[in-house]
Amino acid sequence: MNDTELVIRARGLSKRFGKLTAVDNLDLSVPRAEVFGFLGPNGCGKSTTIRMLCGLLQPSEGEVEVLGYQIPRDAEELKRRIGYMTQKFSLYEDLTVQENLEFLAAVQGIGRRETRKRIDELLERYWLADRRKQMAGTMSGGQKQRLALAGAVLHKPDLLLLDEPTSAVDPQSRREFWDSLFELAEAGTTLLVSTHYMDEAERCTRLGILDAGRLVADGSPRELMDALPGHPLLIECAQPREAQRALQGHPQVLAMAQIGATLRVLCAADGVRDDIAAVLRRAGVNAELRDGEANLEDVFVAVTRKPLEATP
Amino acid sequence: MNLRRMGAIVLKELRQLRRDKLTFVMIAGVPLLELVLFGYAINMDVRGIEAAVLDQANTAQSREAIAEITSSQVIEVKYRLDNPQEIDRLLREGSISAALVVPSDFEARLQRRERPPLQLVVDGSDQSVQASARQLAAYPLPGWSGAQGVEVVNFYNPERLAPLNTVPGLLGVILTMTMVLFTAVALVREREHGNLELLIATPVSPWELTIGKVLPFIGIGLIQVTVILVVGHWLFEVPVRGSILELYGASLLFIIASLALGVWLSTLASTQFQAMQMAFFTFLPQILLSGFMFPFAGMPKAAQWFAEFMPLTHYLRLSRGIMLREAGLQELWLEILILIVFCVALLGLAVARIHKRLD
Repeated sequence: MNDTELVIRARGLSKRFGKLTAVDNLDLSVPRAEVFGFLGPNGCGKSTTIRMLCGLLQPSEGEVEVLGYQIPRDAEELKRRIGYMTQKFSLYEDLTVQENLEFLAAVQGIGRRETRKRIDELLERYWLADRRKQMAGTMSGGQKQRLALAGAVLHKPDLLLLDEPTSAVDPQSRREFWDSLFELAEAGTTLLVSTHYMDEAERCTRLGILDAGRLVADGSPRELMDALPGHPLLIECAQPREAQRALQGHPQVLAMAQIGATLRVLCAADGVRDDIAAVLRRAGVNAELRDGEANLEDVFVAVTRKPLEATP
Repeated sequence: MNLRRMGAIVLKELRQLRRDKLTFVMIAGVPLLELVLFGYAINMDVRGIEAAVLDQANTAQSREAIAEITSSQVIEVKYRLDNPQEIDRLLREGSISAALVVPSDFEARLQRRERPPLQLVVDGSDQSVQASARQLAAYPLPGWSGAQGVEVVNFYNPERLAPLNTVPGLLGVILTMTMVLFTAVALVREREHGNLELLIATPVSPWELTIGKVLPFIGIGLIQVTVILVVGHWLFEVPVRGSILELYGASLLFIIASLALGVWLSTLASTQFQAMQMAFFTFLPQILLSGFMFPFAGMPKAAQWFAEFMPLTHYLRLSRGIMLREAGLQELWLEILILIVFCVALLGLAVARIHKRLD
């Protein structure tokens, strides 16, 4: 891949807060017009990384180049060309939808006539046209999030950074929101989205998995799933709880999850099927084993050696 | 600095203020409430009032009487004068708060016992000085057996009206309270609500943001000054004897100094509650030591020194001087200069700490 096509390039990026290392020696390459997903549990350094990429935080170490600008040196110039959607709703709750967007437009230096046109266009596109005069604070989670997106793309940024944009939104709104994101990507905007939802991560064109401040996997969701060394085994039996107890502590077993009457077992490598069957037989569990389809959750567990929910 | 961006922040701030009912009530309500409450002030006795002596009799007996009065320690003689015009000048400048006058017919008055033989001219714009002067009036004089040996002449506030002393001071107190508190809280609120994180990801500069947020408060400060002056005049007949323009000029400087203090506090606090605590931490010493609550002359030297480092102390001298003593800026220029120094220093402190990053 040609370097000039990279929108974000970070080398050895680290951020320490006192003794805590929030981001640890991170290398990151994001090509243009990609929807790049940042997957990881809360507290793994997603927000900190995004904040460093838009120049809000100073890296402790490492080099960052975003849209060709050196960060933190050229952070101010960069800010004209990026859009940033914060994790928490950060527009003014005591201003109306229209007032919020007018304020952001003025701050971004958009001319008055252009502002009116752009606001009309965005309110239409994000189904907010009938909310113009409503106070932002009185809107629902999904509406607020669409308003925040409108505010972030008002000045047509080349790069849009979204920090867990769907954390306060119902599933229907989440789907609509992702449709909007793909629309933007189609128009040539590069997007970097952090999330801890697997279904969202699966929709990204490229994915980086963060664990305790380190980038532990990087590729398209398909690539990551194909690269899994072991495959999940589906164990069907009458006593799944007993099977789970028998396999507890097995060196080849990374994770187990009961799905209905089936026990889903993720193994560290392929070819352990016979061994597992033997263990179950010895424990007196009569089971039928078959290969399962790998998913992103398996990838996540394999690279971080822990399930997503269990991490703090 | 981009005017469009700054204007957008001012407009946003005004829109938010208009919707914030509580703030709106406080802007007008606090001055009114305090004006009425403090209309009845506290009396305190003082020692060490800075004074001048004009001995027009200059006899052995007059010198003895002066020594006697001085030994009471209520007044501290700083100047010995030759003519009465100088009393006027020194009082107006604020160099002295009282002048002891021995009339040329001092001995004759002692003989005839019709009028008190001594005269004490006091600066009536300072409440505490008045109270002490009244005490001195009953002081026993050598060779005088009447009830009152000293005649008190009250300059600037002959009727001894308490509000006349309180209102100019209140002007300063109300301005500090609202200006420091509102700016500190307004700026921290932006950070606490997460708005700042969004703003610093835009091309807004820290200067545009700070000035845009602070400008509406300058307007509010000037409105408060007007409310206090109008209501003070209407309720208590408090006059503005000097130039009203100079009074507004001095107030503007004081408002800017207070706003800068507020901005600086906002950079130190991480929550609105902390900002509020810090603001109150600056109010207390200012209100107690500036000469508003307790007489400046009655404080220990160390406290007086400390008070010189507070903007309110200087603004109080200015507002009392201009409103009551008809003093002009040519007489009070030093206080103006000190306020300017405060403005520059506090703004510098504030801007040094504002940076466009989260860490």
